[in-house]
Amino acid sequence: MAAWATLLFVAAGICFILGLKLLAKTHTARRGNLVSALGMLLAVAGTFLEIVYEGTKTHHDYGFTWIILGLIAGAAVGIPFARLVKMTGMPEMVALFNGFGGIASLLVGWSQLHTAVAASGDGTDVLSELSHTGSGSGYMAAAAIFLAMLIGGVTFTGSLVAFGKLSGRLTSKPVLYHGQNLINGVVVAAILAAGVFFGLDPDAYWVFLVSVLVSLFLGVAVVIPIGGADMPVVISLLNAYSGLAACAAGFAVDNKLLIVTGALVGASGIILTRIMCKAMNRSLANVLFSGFGAGEGKAAAKGEAQGEAKSMTPEDAYFILEAARSVVFIPGYGMAVAQAQHAVRELAQNLEANDCEVKFAIHPVAGRMPGHMNVLLAEANVSYDQLIEMDDINPQMEMVDVAVVIGANDVVNPAARTEKDSPIYGMPIIDADKARTVFVLKRSMASGFAGIPNPLFFLDNTYMIFGDAKKTLEALVAEFKDALQDAAV
Amino acid sequence: MNQFQDYAFLFVLAMFLGLELISKVPSQLHTPLMSGSNAISGITLIGAMSLASVSHGSPLALFLAGFGVAFAAINVFGGYVVTDRMLEMFKKKGEK
Repeated sequence: MAAWATLLFVAAGICFILGLKLLAKTHTARRGNLVSALGMLLAVAGTFLEIVYEGTKTHHDYGFTWIILGLIAGAAVGIPFARLVKMTGMPEMVALFNGFGGIASLLVGWSQLHTAVAASGDGTDVLSELSHTGSGSGYMAAAAIFLAMLIGGVTFTGSLVAFGKLSGRLTSKPVLYHGQNLINGVVVAAILAAGVFFGLDPDAYWVFLVSVLVSLFLGVAVVIPIGGADMPVVISLLNAYSGLAACAAGFAVDNKLLIVTGALVGASGIILTRIMCKAMNRSLANVLFSGFGAGEGKAAAKGEAQGEAKSMTPEDAYFILEAARSVVFIPGYGMAVAQAQHAVRELAQNLEANDCEVKFAIHPVAGRMPGHMNVLLAEANVSYDQLIEMDDINPQMEMVDVAVVIGANDVVNPAARTEKDSPIYGMPIIDADKARTVFVLKRSMASGFAGIPNPLFFLDNTYMIFGDAKKTLEALVAEFKDALQDAAV
Repeated sequence: MNQFQDYAFLFVLAMFLGLELISKVPSQLHTPLMSGSNAISGITLIGAMSLASVSHGSPLALFLAGFGVAFAAINVFGGYVVTDRMLEMFKKKGEK
């Protein structure tokens, strides 16, 4: 029976790997997710087999009550949440789920340790208890337990803070105070020292318990100074942590599938983190420690006045769009805030009916998480082959009649190309300014998140269309419909 | 100790496999990738299940494992369902 369980675990691992492989193509991605879910089912089935097999040898209480209750509770929370969450709320949901992954690993590590403490009776020989259960060595097991707890704890509270910032429950501005990096550094050093101490002497249960609290504090402390626009990096990083925490839990409880699967998730988070950092032309250290948008932003905001921006009404904009043969929409976080994705799609359809080629240019860090804009536009039924990546659209920008910037700012700021002293200099941007005409849909002239002035707004070929993006787009759609009716009469 | 080395070996290989696999996922699918990996990271579920089965006799250990099961299960169920919901929306023109 143990062999069957192992076989199921191998099959589960294969399913996870195949699932990720299928995720590489848009038309197979959905199948990939189902294959991955099948893998999870096999893993759970294998675990049940194992529990019954091991259990009949040693005892007859399989702990099924708690397992079943836990599964039911998880399904009862997870499924309705997944069904009801709005697509604009995806960053919050992913942040929260990163956190749940983290706390689960923390609980697994702790439970493993407490089992050993309870089994050792007076708690003075935890080491030898752990050597039966852990990685063959009590010291290694203790270290793995500590690591699962530490990474899991940081992931949990860090993700809760990220969730708070993304959902507007906490300020999305960086929260900075004097000596912050120093304090965090001291806390990190202290908890690492505690880890070494505990690894060498697992009988010191109190060290572990204090460290639980410290790791939870650390999660808050490291995410609180990071601003809202840097959330794509933070979510990706916490995603990696949640995988690595599962990995550490695998080392702690002697489970190979946990190690392999946790490593896959960890790798995914690491890659996404790298892509996000590259797309902002900043190092990970810079994102984590600099409180971008608080200090630097103020310095940048007192930059020189750049002349006057021209504004235009939707009625006038209609005539330009009506004559355009190619239009590129450049969405940003503002589109998500205004819930304007459906209005954009409707305008795109009207343009296409008018013989105009429509594309969407997606910057990697547009929105609050990797791929955020793609999901919103997919929700609004925009065909995915119209969604073009930055590197593919930029060479074509000069041929574009109208670029419509919707709630994006820094990702189209040409200062990133030209002004060496701009804080975002060197960041890859979508070259909206190279289009023949640029419309910027914006609430006001207020500068973006980082407080960096945007010369794009002052170019000769740029027209600001002020107001709520959704209302503006709807007004443009109405113009198209009126024209159609006039033509029919 | 030997077992630990086996695990470390496994970890390094799996990490490389992961890096290879994930680097092929197009940026368009990065949000579903993240929610999907949320679901996969719910694999902690099986660790928590095993612990719940051996932690008899220690109410706190059982309690911790039980909550571990619940949190991991939220990720598993929620993660797969929301990813499916999202991927269903990715359509080309003309596809139903």
